[in-house]
Amino acid sequence: MKITRDVIEYVAHLGRLELDPHEIEEYTGQLDSILEYMDKLNALDTTGVEPMSHAIPNVNVFREDRIVESFSVEESVGNAPERTGSFFKVPPIIEVE
Amino acid sequence: MEELLNKNVLELGEALRRKEISSVELTTFYLKRIAKYDGELRSYLRVTGELALEMARAADEKLRRGEGEGLTGIPLGIKDILCMTNIETTCASQILKGFIAPYDATVIRRMKESGFVNLGRLNMDEFAMGSSTENSSFQVTKNPWDLERIPGGSSGGSAAAVAAGLCVAALGTDTGGSIRQPAGLCGTVGLKPTYGRVSRYGLVAFASSLDQIGPLTRSVKDCAAVLQVIAGHDPMDSTSIPQPVPDYLSFIGRDVKGLRVGIPREYFIEGMEEDVKSSVESAIKVFERNGASVVPITLPHTEYAVATYYIICTAEASSNLARYDGVKYGFRAPGKDIIEMYKKTRSAGFGKEVKRRIILGTYVLSSGYYDAYYRKAGQVRALFKRDFDRAFEECDVIMTAVSPTTAFRAGEKMEDPLTMYLSDIFTIPVNLAGLPGLSVPCGFDRKGLPIGLQIIGKPLDEGLMLQAAYVCENELQLKKIPDRFV
Repeated sequence: MKITRDVIEYVAHLGRLELDPHEIEEYTGQLDSILEYMDKLNALDTTGVEPMSHAIPNVNVFREDRIVESFSVEESVGNAPERTGSFFKVPPIIEVE
Repeated sequence: MEELLNKNVLELGEALRRKEISSVELTTFYLKRIAKYDGELRSYLRVTGELALEMARAADEKLRRGEGEGLTGIPLGIKDILCMTNIETTCASQILKGFIAPYDATVIRRMKESGFVNLGRLNMDEFAMGSSTENSSFQVTKNPWDLERIPGGSSGGSAAAVAAGLCVAALGTDTGGSIRQPAGLCGTVGLKPTYGRVSRYGLVAFASSLDQIGPLTRSVKDCAAVLQVIAGHDPMDSTSIPQPVPDYLSFIGRDVKGLRVGIPREYFIEGMEEDVKSSVESAIKVFERNGASVVPITLPHTEYAVATYYIICTAEASSNLARYDGVKYGFRAPGKDIIEMYKKTRSAGFGKEVKRRIILGTYVLSSGYYDAYYRKAGQVRALFKRDFDRAFEECDVIMTAVSPTTAFRAGEKMEDPLTMYLSDIFTIPVNLAGLPGLSVPCGFDRKGLPIGLQIIGKPLDEGLMLQAAYVCENELQLKKIPDRFV
């Protein structure tokens, strides 16, 4: 077993997910077998191979720096579940005594 | 009116320009078909009837002015992952419910400029993650050829709607086979263009280095006609290729004499259904009879495709999906502080498969495992590119089956994600290498389920692939719409 319940809980926290005990159980087993399957890549010798992150060898695509029309405030915050005027509204980030 | 189903985009365009039919009539014809058949098929998440008629009236106006072109007045369905103003875009996820994009995806903008008619939004696996459309959080779409079976995925709604004649054509997206596999399982044509050929601006991102938008259609000509409108450079997508777009329709009807067809020996695997194998082999014989030559080739890293793909796509997904935090759009669950709000929102808003992939992707990118998984997968990805580069020194196109099996039964693979992942083994390498891949129907199995032939091309060689696909289509003359929908 590579994957334990603790690992799943820790990774879920990093991914900002809260899992119930049943989900933790299920994902632990499934991820363990998926990762075991992925370990087959270790059979390949990739010494000196440059990792490929993209199919297109584009680097630094530049454009002219000019002013164009952008989204209005209404368009930008219009989909927010909660807002105050032109701002996104969120629950407390810093604890207040 | 039913004969309208057999007309391709070019013929419909002619009829519209000659005023034999109006776009409003054509649109009404399709809306009626959706009303009649989609209660059972469940391919559309939302039908935008009023908008469709409004767009049809505008198209008729355009036609009256003699300005009809490419897709003017043609009713299409759109996978619910492409942003379009004034209507909801949900990616079949609870977390995006109610989201109305403030802008059009570039493909939508181009099609609007051409005068297309938007019939509605098609079902999909949530965030395009799946191979059966069973991961939609709203509804299960059926395969038009057998309602007990899945239509494939993730563009399952698009493939089902096209095959059942509930739109002229549809747009889908393909990250590991999500256009080609459902096209194959539903008996339609489906094309994943070269990475960068079609702008991804306004495509809700799943795995950015793999995603591409493409057409699903009932004929090869339609595929060329839709691609013509959506392809081309876009400054809004930095991975867009700044190359001119050829006239794709001009390739159709050209012969395949002297075409070198590569057949990878690794693609006739154990577990492949006998009917799929024999159907693909007889399709290849069609090309030989028409003057093409068959070249045995090798793609030695094929067995590593699924492992490589699921490391890369989950890593990119875990990063892309970080934006769904209950702040900017969509669903929010209450929480006493921001972290709790994030967690409760994401846990309630995402479905099982999406959460599984976020966890997997977060794991392979996490400190201590990055080199072993993500970096390693990037290296193996380079080997795939190398395999294809070498193979294409000896052949012009590569032909394989689209999927090892025909459509499977609903529920059959839902409990075992790895088996589901393995059903994409033939389509995944194409995305890893950024190549174009096309699915064209090549037969039916003994249960009457469609089988697809995959044609893989060199970068930007869509024209040649359409040329080859048309030879196959024209010679086989397969049935396109199942009886129950005619």
